[in-house]
Amino acid sequence: MVFSIASFVTQVAVLLLLLILVHKPLGVYLASVFEGKRSSRAERLFYRLAGVDPNTEQSWSIYLRSVLVFSAVSILVVFLLQRLQGVLPGNNSLPGVDPWTAMNTAISFATNTNWQTYVPEATMGIFVQMCLLAVQNFLSAAVGIVVVVALIRGIARTRTDRLGNFWVDLARISFRVLLPMAVLAAIVMVIGGVVQNFWSTDVVNQATGVTQTIPGGPVASQEAIKILGTNGGGYFNANSAHPFENPNVFISMFEVFLILLIPSALPYAYGRMVGDQRQGYTVVGVMGTLWLTFTVLMAWAVAAAQGTATAAAGGLGEGFEQRFGAAQSSIFATATTLTSTGAINVAHDSLPPLAGGVAMVNMMLGEVAPGGTGSGLYGLLILAIVSVFIAGLMVGRTPEFLGKKIGPREMKLTAMYILVTPVVVLATAGITVLLPDAVANAPASGPHQFSEVLYAFTSGANNNGSAFGGITTSGPYLSTMTGVAMLLGRFLPMVLVLALAGSLAKQPKIPASSGTVPTHGWLFGSLLLGVTVIMTALSYFPALSLGPLAEGLLK
Amino acid sequence: MNTLPGYLRQAGTALRFLLLATVVLGLIYPLAIFGIGQAVAPFQANGSIVRDAAGKPVASALIAQVSANDAGTQNPLWFHARPSAAKWDPGASTASNLGPNDPKLLDAVKANRSAVAAAEGVKESDVPADAVTASGSGLDPQISVAYARLQVPRVAKAHGLSPETVQAMVDRRTVSGLEAFLAQPSVNVTELNLDVAAAAPAK
Repeated sequence: MVFSIASFVTQVAVLLLLLILVHKPLGVYLASVFEGKRSSRAERLFYRLAGVDPNTEQSWSIYLRSVLVFSAVSILVVFLLQRLQGVLPGNNSLPGVDPWTAMNTAISFATNTNWQTYVPEATMGIFVQMCLLAVQNFLSAAVGIVVVVALIRGIARTRTDRLGNFWVDLARISFRVLLPMAVLAAIVMVIGGVVQNFWSTDVVNQATGVTQTIPGGPVASQEAIKILGTNGGGYFNANSAHPFENPNVFISMFEVFLILLIPSALPYAYGRMVGDQRQGYTVVGVMGTLWLTFTVLMAWAVAAAQGTATAAAGGLGEGFEQRFGAAQSSIFATATTLTSTGAINVAHDSLPPLAGGVAMVNMMLGEVAPGGTGSGLYGLLILAIVSVFIAGLMVGRTPEFLGKKIGPREMKLTAMYILVTPVVVLATAGITVLLPDAVANAPASGPHQFSEVLYAFTSGANNNGSAFGGITTSGPYLSTMTGVAMLLGRFLPMVLVLALAGSLAKQPKIPASSGTVPTHGWLFGSLLLGVTVIMTALSYFPALSLGPLAEGLLK
Repeated sequence: MNTLPGYLRQAGTALRFLLLATVVLGLIYPLAIFGIGQAVAPFQANGSIVRDAAGKPVASALIAQVSANDAGTQNPLWFHARPSAAKWDPGASTASNLGPNDPKLLDAVKANRSAVAAAEGVKESDVPADAVTASGSGLDPQISVAYARLQVPRVAKAHGLSPETVQAMVDRRTVSGLEAFLAQPSVNVTELNLDVAAAAPAK
């Protein structure tokens, strides 16, 4: 399989063009939803039935409690109903899901990770997929956006302890943003060849003597939100490599576009809400620069086609789909790991070693380019505060961010945010490689075995969900440990972000002075870019050098 | 505020919210897409099922359909699809998930290469990469133009057709234009074998 540079350049150009065209109108719409005051009649009915008072706003601690309680209830419900699959309708004759898999999957889908420790075709019936997992695809994506909206309000508001109403934000983002976009995306997908029915079809080819059972299911409706909500949990085991999830190169490009769509429009909404569009442009500029850089790096690493088996095959092929080509697959692999998506259209485990390494680095950046729905923007805003702090140290002033003082409390929360994910990744991966369980469940040899473990925990703690699929995580130890990584990697950062939002909202706005470091423009953008890359490099370089770097550079 | 009753009340709200959201997002939404799909694009929505003259379902145009023995050797009468970690079972999609330096993958690639070279009667160096590597889904229906061309003499002979006739069928099933530029020129084996069967019904 040849890597077509012409196709790569064309696809990147088309994607950039479309995203640039769409990000402004979508950003304006997103901001109008986030700032909306009026509820529709259907929404008022919804609030009444759910027992929500849409007119009260919450303090940061109540807002946070709502996030945590809602996620905990989601995890419990998804867990219990998976266990009961055997006696529920729509189970496709499958039994209840085993407790370890059910636990891991419930956490995985409620945290927007969508790590799949199960084989969907053999584990999950239509009810579980459609009524549990697909619903979490919407809601976990909405929760991510909700948290960044609260942070933006914290930055924009002054002298208040109110951050908004979690339930109202969750409902509006689900029903006014994700649902209509998913409907449009699903219709395009069905027309493009993605399946949407409720039955399988037995086919008999008299000439060749082959009989097959062609699977069906509500795939397009799930695929649309799986991609749009940067979720990534496939209806089928092969995920977006499966012809029924991703039938051709056009739909594959459309999926990449959808992955990047909301995260790259959120900065515009942010600029609008803080009343300074330059802030949004700077953030999206950094996101775009990182995206382009790592997309090119991935393409280079894929096109290099390293590996003894790759060489013996005469080039790329293992794990690739002939119908997408290597250019599209390298673009997809980057988009899915620079966001919290984790859908795959090429088997990441079989990528050339340095390409697998780039996928890991993409996640280790904290998935900020443009990142998961909501989580990408709050991740980058945290890094912007770190950048302001570093710049403040250089000029000897108290750091400020958009008129808010970054004092000791704010800085402690920010520093903890920066530390949480690397600590979780390195601790869980480190403990795991010391235990016999990992050796038994990651059957690869040499540095690649370590890469499989490192990838699993990087993916889990960053709520990505893609995998080096050679590792089997369905046993009690690995399903628990990856479950813990997903929980900590999702909710600890959210706690810190909402605490930060609360403390920023309380402050008055101080006017910019000659000592204020501007948080927009080329200079600050470059600083933010540098901080993002250096943080990642410092945290993960030793681990990377034992895995993909060792495999890629030594062979 | 952060008292136990507060948590419980919010858990009740969460449960009701989740239930109501499930009705909209987990039932109404997928059913609406189902309805729209059946109205607008029933062929695609139901799996791109190809039917014979009598209307019986024969294959899915999107899924590899392979006649192979238990050892995984594909039937020499027909065009072969790529190797598959799923043994071409539409109900068990999977990749091999073997690393690029994995000795098991190296062995598999070498074995595939000699098997393809022997089956087609060509030099091992003439066998293209897609012929010896498994796809990400295990169900990829497409192969490279080079691999299709390699198989033309064998299939033509097996069906008593001229190589030119079979090559013309390959050309007709070769992806062209924008799709070929963005992806690569490829041939859908499932559809190609249906063409071959139609042209040589005696077999």
